Amino acid sequence: MASNAGVAQSRALPGPVRFITSSIGAKVVMAVSGFVLVGFVLVHMIGNLQIFLGPEAINRYGNFLQGLGELLWVFRLGLLAALIAHVASAARLVILNQSARPINYSHNDYVQVKFAARTMPISGIVVLAFIIFHLAHFTGGKVQPELFHFQDELGQHDIYAMVTLGFQNWFISGFYIVANALLALHLSHGVSSMFQTLGVTAPAWRPLTHALGPVIGTIIFIGNVGIPLACSLGLVAIPAGAM
Amino acid sequence: MHLTLHVWRQKSANDKGRLVQYEVDNISSDMSFLEMLDVFNESLIAKGEEPVAFDHDCREGICGACSLVINGIPHGPDEGTTVCQLHMRRFKDGDTIYIEPWRAKAFPVIRDLIVDRTAFDRIQQAGGFITINTGGAPDANALPIAKTEADLAMDAAACIGCGACVAACPNASAMLFVGAKVSQFLHLPQGHPERARRVKAMVEQMDAEGFGNCTNHYECMAACPKEIDVRVIAELNLEFMKAKISGRE
Ligand code: HEM
Ligand code: FES
Repeated sequence: MASNAGVAQSRALPGPVRFITSSIGAKVVMAVSGFVLVGFVLVHMIGNLQIFLGPEAINRYGNFLQGLGELLWVFRLGLLAALIAHVASAARLVILNQSARPINYSHNDYVQVKFAARTMPISGIVVLAFIIFHLAHFTGGKVQPELFHFQDELGQHDIYAMVTLGFQNWFISGFYIVANALLALHLSHGVSSMFQTLGVTAPAWRPLTHALGPVIGTIIFIGNVGIPLACSLGLVAIPAGAM
Repeated sequence: MHLTLHVWRQKSANDKGRLVQYEVDNISSDMSFLEMLDVFNESLIAKGEEPVAFDHDCREGICGACSLVINGIPHGPDEGTTVCQLHMRRFKDGDTIYIEPWRAKAFPVIRDLIVDRTAFDRIQQAGGFITINTGGAPDANALPIAKTEADLAMDAAACIGCGACVAACPNASAMLFVGAKVSQFLHLPQGHPERARRVKAMVEQMDAEGFGNCTNHYECMAACPKEIDVRVIAELNLEFMKAKISGRE
């Protein structure tokens, strides 16, 4: 029987590998890495909202992060590992799930499935593209190099000028807005899903875990879409001189 | 009533199969859905055609044999109902009805609307039982079990193993079924000694059968004729993690 060959095949693998390649283990990888990534996204958003406090605040924050030195690389590599684990596991599960139903119904009528849940792979892919673009843009200075070298009076990297001027380009801020709206959608399903995957079963918790996805999604939407939108609409003062 | 049926016809596991359109007359709204198919099959036989093969047994919603996807919904439009308990009064004269088999790689079609669900049997054989003979029914209260725990076990044990969860899941995942079969023992003392071995073996078999993976859409719960709650999937996840991390046998 083919199915028993499958069992034998999986038994030959070392324990941890067997776990992360099992159906539930792969989901646990997604949930734990997703948790790390959501934590990062929330902290990153709160940090970035300092743009509304003016140049001193955001530039000092940027300077503080740069000043972390090696520690900054610990965070970066940790996040990279989480991202790789998340995407690799997602890609594998999507392929397995598609092959689990080779012939589809001619007539499909979902009763329950939510839009956000159905579009997880698509929203995820756009977010991945966005992460790469975003790193090239504000971390690498490869997208708008002319905005990357400003310094404020204290001799710090002038993040405020880079960001506010960068978002004067509607193509760039448009991509930030769309990608972060999709990130919010991704998290509106993902965060609630995470609790189910990690086995939060108590019925009393369910209203909370079901609400937390949409709540966090909404917070991320307001914060992360708000920054490029406010800059593009001229609601954040553009530094004089820098133009 | 007059109905237009689009029925999946497939001669054998190797045949490609296709939807065939039929017109049926003289259907009473008092008939059950399966009685409607019986009448329809009589008419096919009278014309010298092959009747449509479909699974059924008890026709009272307890055996889990009946298994039709009706207009895209396993067991049809009524919530918490097997298709044998679905009645034609749910439909109107002139309606068009699509009837298809459960669709999953792990449930290959044998003929027309009948699929091979032995994958579920193999999952059960891998660990969905208690190996010792527990004897006759013990005296009431000899083994105290909290009412809340007993209720959780009984709710999970309501699963009739029909496979509607797999049919409904966009990923053809069997986790509601496996969750129910693990959960029914999880809340009873008799189930505890073998819990780690049970969950590992059942999940391993489930994966090997080629079912998909849960992505928490909860379509299974909406389709389940016994309204099994997706908390059994969360329990399955936690139980599997505990078994793997503790390394217990
Ligand atoms: C970078 C590309 C990404 C891809 C391709 C991707 C893809 C996916 C997929 C396919 C799922 C499973 C969907 C499901 O269970 O229905 C998922 C779940 C999830 N994603 Fe992502 N994602 C990405 C980025 C992110 C990011 C940046 C975050 C966090 C900020 C995130 C957080 C989550 C969470 C929390 C889950 C739920 C895990 C669970 O099911 O328990 N994802 N992702
Ligand atoms: S025929 Fe037994 S449940 Fe429908």
